[in-house]
Amino acid sequence: MELNAISIGFVVFTIFTLGGAIGVVTTRNLFQGTIWLMVSLFGVAGYFILLSAPFLAAVQILVYIGAIAILITFAVMLTRSIARIKERYIRLLPSFIGSLALFLILLLGVTVPIFGAHAPDSIPDYVASTRDLGAALVDENGYVVPFLLASVLLTAAMIGAIFIARDETA
Amino acid sequence: MEELCTGLCSVLADSGADAGLALFLSLLVGVLLVSGVPLITVILLIWIERKVAARIQDRIGPNRVGPIGLLQTIADMIKLLSKEDITPTAADRILYNAAPLVSFASVVLLWAVIPFTPFHFGVDLEIGALYFVAVASFGTLAIMAAGWASNNKYALLGAFRVVALLVSYEVPLVFALLVPVLLAGSMSLVDIVNAQNGMWFVILSPLAFVIFYISSQAETGRAPFDLIEAESELVAGFNIEYSGMKFGMFFAAEFLHVFTNGIIMAILFFGGWMGPFYYESPLIAFAWLGAKGGLIYFTTLWLRNTVPRLRIDQIMAFNWKFLVPLSIANLIVVSFVLKVMQELGFAPGDMLNASFAELLPTTIILLLFNGAMIFYLLGILRKRGREARREAHGAHANFAQAGSAAGH
Amino acid sequence: MNVLNEWAFVGLFALMAPVFPALPIVIAWLFRPRKPNVLKSSTYECGVETIGDTWVQFRVQYYIYGLIFLVFDVEMVFLFPWAVAYNEMSLFGFVAGFLFIFLLTDALFYAWKKNALDWK
Repeated sequence: MELNAISIGFVVFTIFTLGGAIGVVTTRNLFQGTIWLMVSLFGVAGYFILLSAPFLAAVQILVYIGAIAILITFAVMLTRSIARIKERYIRLLPSFIGSLALFLILLLGVTVPIFGAHAPDSIPDYVASTRDLGAALVDENGYVVPFLLASVLLTAAMIGAIFIARDETA
Repeated sequence: MEELCTGLCSVLADSGADAGLALFLSLLVGVLLVSGVPLITVILLIWIERKVAARIQDRIGPNRVGPIGLLQTIADMIKLLSKEDITPTAADRILYNAAPLVSFASVVLLWAVIPFTPFHFGVDLEIGALYFVAVASFGTLAIMAAGWASNNKYALLGAFRVVALLVSYEVPLVFALLVPVLLAGSMSLVDIVNAQNGMWFVILSPLAFVIFYISSQAETGRAPFDLIEAESELVAGFNIEYSGMKFGMFFAAEFLHVFTNGIIMAILFFGGWMGPFYYESPLIAFAWLGAKGGLIYFTTLWLRNTVPRLRIDQIMAFNWKFLVPLSIANLIVVSFVLKVMQELGFAPGDMLNASFAELLPTTIILLLFNGAMIFYLLGILRKRGREARREAHGAHANFAQAGSAAGH
Repeated sequence: MNVLNEWAFVGLFALMAPVFPALPIVIAWLFRPRKPNVLKSSTYECGVETIGDTWVQFRVQYYIYGLIFLVFDVEMVFLFPWAVAYNEMSLFGFVAGFLFIFLLTDALFYAWKKNALDWK
């Protein structure tokens, strides 16, 4: 790997992503775990920028750091005494095997074209802009059905969550 | 600062420096120049804020240190240097110390995309408007971390309320932000300013500006939404355990955020650097932006010093039952009317090259629809106000009755 | 400037931004007095010792607001590209975006009718 700005950036963001992930699984404190998770997801946003997809990077930060982090904290605070978790999850071997298997499947998925994905021979010169994305989302030959399905999914998620979370006495 | 960068870049590269190093150095100079603007302004802002507040409350304000008190902030900073900085033993040390840094940095980061003049800006990101929203979310996280790390019930409660307020008001803020993005057809702040060459967006969609203004007032924790400094119910709020310079940083971040939002509003709705003779010199363009941003900033100070604080249930109800539906309706109306006009050929397909005359029919129609919506809203508000007054009156009468009954 | 250079600028900015507030704090650290004692470093709760855990259980309303916000956040993410492409969009594309907003407004009204928006 040659040493240039992109490879330095890649290393830095990998440290963020993996370091954050290690922090999540090692900390005993749920709030600190949330912060570590955000560090990790911030690293992922960095990858998106290196891949010339700044829109996705902004989305990553907006949705995860702006919303998911807040939501997790609110959820954590719904429970009692989260600061002192005494039990330790010590089933190390099954978790190790499980994560290794998952990692191998993902590795196979990106290297071997089983799932239809095929690495392009060269990186295309043209990088799609946000405008192209927006046009494709609502194009009748494009992704208009998934676009509207996403809306239905979001609506269902909200209705379901309110139904579960709402106070029965209300 | 782009021009300067390429200029400096080539000079450095010519003088024999490594190309990568030259680029790095020129970027660094750019960063220091751009970030210098907010850092210098914040010192002045604190003085302005105190002076304006004093005038509104019929006081004189700082007038001892330096001419008309201009050096008061410097004196305050020196005082803060001599203050003991207490970290509570129960606090989470790392998060406790990181929170003020993140809070201030998240505001300074906004200035990276602000176009000062047509040619002088940090960067012109393709996703500028989204960057503005995304970076602001770090500030929210910082407040949450500060409240949690302090390990204090007041701080935690204050932080939770503030965060609930911030995320709630982000919804109408972004829906209002979508209107300029939609009108300009771009998220780049430079494009958004250029698209206002024919007509400022505040005239095309005054309602979007009002919604943006109200929610940004809430985002910066200013009255009537200043739960952030709830001294009467929560002692202080999320920053209760902070002292010395760390407290000062939260304080400075808030002041800077208010002014930054004023500048952002000037860019999104008031044509940024546009104004008579702006093309003559970058200084004139910069002055226009500063004047517009300053004027908006002044109105927020005015509001802050005249309006009492709302309760959290009122704030939440106002947001979710009034501002959010209104901002969605506004987006739908603006986009629908404009699309119909475009299809009929009355409106230009692109604001970027449209002249004032070409935009006139669009403006009139959009203004009519906006006016109708505002008229309808004022009707609703009047009805609500009347009901609330009647209720209050009824409650008062009941109370008086109960009082007299008990007296007998 | 190409796209990555722009982001290098933002990256550098992000590195520098925390330095500015850190500088006065570090300077203050050099000069400030240090006389900690047990009482001073205890949690400030109006002179009364903290009763029980600081991490009290919070009301569910915070979570509901957070959830509604998340849904709207994701919706906005979809609407930004839609707004950017607005000028070149056909009427069909516009109607698709309109339907998208409309469906989510439904969810908001559901929440409203179920009193999930009230601060209880």
